[in-house]
Amino acid sequence: MNFKNEVWVFIEQREGKPADVSFELLCKGQKLADAMKGKLKAIVIGSGVDNIAEQTFNYGADEAIVIDDPSLKHYETLRYSRILNDFVEKHVPRIVLFGATVIGRDLAPRVASHTKSGLTADCTDLQISDVTYLKQNHPDLLLQIRPAFGGNIIATIITPDVPTQMATVREGVMELQPLETPKEGKITKIEYKPNALDELVKIIEQHRESSKVNLKAAPVIVAGGYGLGTKENFRLVEELAHTIGAEVAGSRAAVDAGFVTPDRQVGQTGVTVRPKLYIAVGISGAIQHRAGMQESNKIIAINNDPEAPIFEVAHYGIVGDATEVIPAFIEVYKHKLK
Amino acid sequence: MVKQVPDTANISGKVMKDDGTVNRAKLPAIFNHEDKVALELALQVKERYGGKVTAVTMGPPRASDILRECLYLGADEAYLISDRKFAGADTLATSYVLCEAIKKIGGYDFIFAGRQAIDGDTAQVGPQTAEKLNVPQITYTEEIIEVEDNHVRARKKIDGGYEIVESKLPVLLTVLKDAVQPRPFSAKRVMAYKGAKSLMDLEKLAEENSLLYIDKLTHEYEERGLFIKTLTMDDLKLDEERCGVKGSPTKVYKIESVVLAGGSHSKVAPTKEAIGELIDQLMSDHIFG
Repeated sequence: MNFKNEVWVFIEQREGKPADVSFELLCKGQKLADAMKGKLKAIVIGSGVDNIAEQTFNYGADEAIVIDDPSLKHYETLRYSRILNDFVEKHVPRIVLFGATVIGRDLAPRVASHTKSGLTADCTDLQISDVTYLKQNHPDLLLQIRPAFGGNIIATIITPDVPTQMATVREGVMELQPLETPKEGKITKIEYKPNALDELVKIIEQHRESSKVNLKAAPVIVAGGYGLGTKENFRLVEELAHTIGAEVAGSRAAVDAGFVTPDRQVGQTGVTVRPKLYIAVGISGAIQHRAGMQESNKIIAINNDPEAPIFEVAHYGIVGDATEVIPAFIEVYKHKLK
Repeated sequence: MVKQVPDTANISGKVMKDDGTVNRAKLPAIFNHEDKVALELALQVKERYGGKVTAVTMGPPRASDILRECLYLGADEAYLISDRKFAGADTLATSYVLCEAIKKIGGYDFIFAGRQAIDGDTAQVGPQTAEKLNVPQITYTEEIIEVEDNHVRARKKIDGGYEIVESKLPVLLTVLKDAVQPRPFSAKRVMAYKGAKSLMDLEKLAEENSLLYIDKLTHEYEERGLFIKTLTMDDLKLDEERCGVKGSPTKVYKIESVVLAGGSHSKVAPTKEAIGELIDQLMSDHIFG
C-alpha cells in the first residue's frame, strides 16, 4: 500500500477555547510526520474557530482543516463523528490523534469503528518505526505504547493491516513546545452539511467550572499517597506544600480514600506533571502514578518502605515515617529561610 | 452489556510469568464493577418505567459466572456470547460481535454498559457498539433524569463539568462508577438461579456423564427457566474475518514487564541534618527559595 503519510490531530475546543492536549499532540504529531516525511494537519471543528486554526501553526501544523458552523459550537457525538468519518474515509490519513479527554474518548472509538481503524487508548508514548511482524515488513508503522494490565506491563501495540492508525493520549503526557517561527500553514475551509440524524441527541444545558487547580503549571508539587494512612496525616502534606509554596497533589489511592480531591490526582488517570520539584510522600509508586510524574526535574521520595518502587524514579530518597520526616523538613526549611 | 475481567488490582507475584507476561488463568475473574453499576441503572429504569432487562456478555465459558450474578441481581434474562473464534478480540472485533448479538436479540430501547473495563481501561467497546448499531450514545452517564415519549434525559460528565442531554431511543449509555449503588444479591433469586447454566456449562455436564444428552438437558433447563441463552459464531452467522484475532486491527507487538531504571537516587537519612543538606542543595539549584 502507498500512503500519503499524513498525521491528523483532532483539535478539541470547549466554549471556543482550544484544549492544551490538542496542541501537545500537534508537537508530537510533527515529530511523527517528519519521521515519515508526511504532513501534519489539524482538524478544527466548531463555531468561530479561525483563531484556533491560526494557533495550530505555532505547534507545527502544515494545514488546518476547518469546519465552522453555529450548530457545531458545542461538541456533539453524532455531528462531530459524522464529519470525521467522512474525512477519514475520503482522505485516508495514516495517523489520527485525539486527546484522551471525555470528548476524545467519546469521539475516537466512534470514528475508529466506522472506518474500521485500529485505536489504542491512553498511549504514554508514540514512535514511528519499521516493523517486521509475522514475517512481513511494515515501513513507518506507529508504535503505540501504553501500560496494560493494571500497570504491570508495558505493551507496544501496532495496527499493521489497516490504512489508518488511531490513538488517544492524555493531557500533559506529550510536551508542549511552540515553534520559534510558526509554520506558514494554510487554512482549508470545508462546508458543513447538516443531517437530520444529528438531531437525535440535544444538549439541554451545560455547566462548566474552570478548575481552580492548575497542577501542570506548578513549579513545585507535594503529593501524598495512601501510605499516609489517614486524612489527618495528609494534612502534613498540605502543610509542607504551604510552607514551601507548592501545590498539593495525590495518588489515585489517596483520591479514592478521600484524602484529596480528584482534580489534584497525578498519574495515568489524572494529570501528568513536570514540575521543577516533586515530593512524593507515602506513595508506593505504581507505574500509573510514575507515568504522571517521572519527567519531573527533581523527585524526592519519602516512604517508610525502602523497597517502594517510587525510589527507583527518585533523585533523593528518604526512608522514614512521614509523620516525623515532614515536620522535620518544615522546621529545617523555616529555619533556613530566616 | 457486562464483562468478566481479571482482577488487575490484585496482581501478585504468581500471576506474572518469568518472561514478564501475565498469566491470565491465575488471575481471579470478577464482575467489572462499572458494568454492575450499569446493570443497576437498567434495573432502576425498569422499575420506574417497566420493561425487561437482558444481560449480555461476550467471553469464555466461565463468563457465565457473571451472568448468574446478573440473574441474582434482577436481570430477567441472560445471554452468553461465546466461541473459541472470538478469542483475542480487540475492541473493534468485540463490538462487531456484540452488535450482531444485540441485533439478533432485538427489541431494545436502552443499552447500558460500564464506562470501561478495568483490564483494558479503553472505554471503546460502548461507543463502537453504538456506532455499529447506528444508535446515538451518551457516554460518562451520571444520572438518568427522566424517560418520556420515546426520549431519555440524562446527566453526563463533560471535561470540567456536566451536561444534560436528551436522546431519542434507542440509545446506548456508558455509566460512571458513582452513578448508582449496585444492590446486593436477592437471596431468593440466588436460590432460584444458582443452578442456571449456559450451553457450554451443560455440554460439560453431558461430557462428564454419558447418561445425559445435551439436547435433553438444554430442553430441561429451558423449561425450568435456568438456561443461560448461548450464542456462538454460527448462531449469529458472523463473518469470521471480523471476529477474534483475525478481526482485530490492533496487535500486541511487544510486551515488557515494568523494569525500573535502577535506584540511582541519593539516600537522605531521616535526620534534620541530612534534610538540611538536601534543602541547601535544592536552594543552590534554584529550585527552592
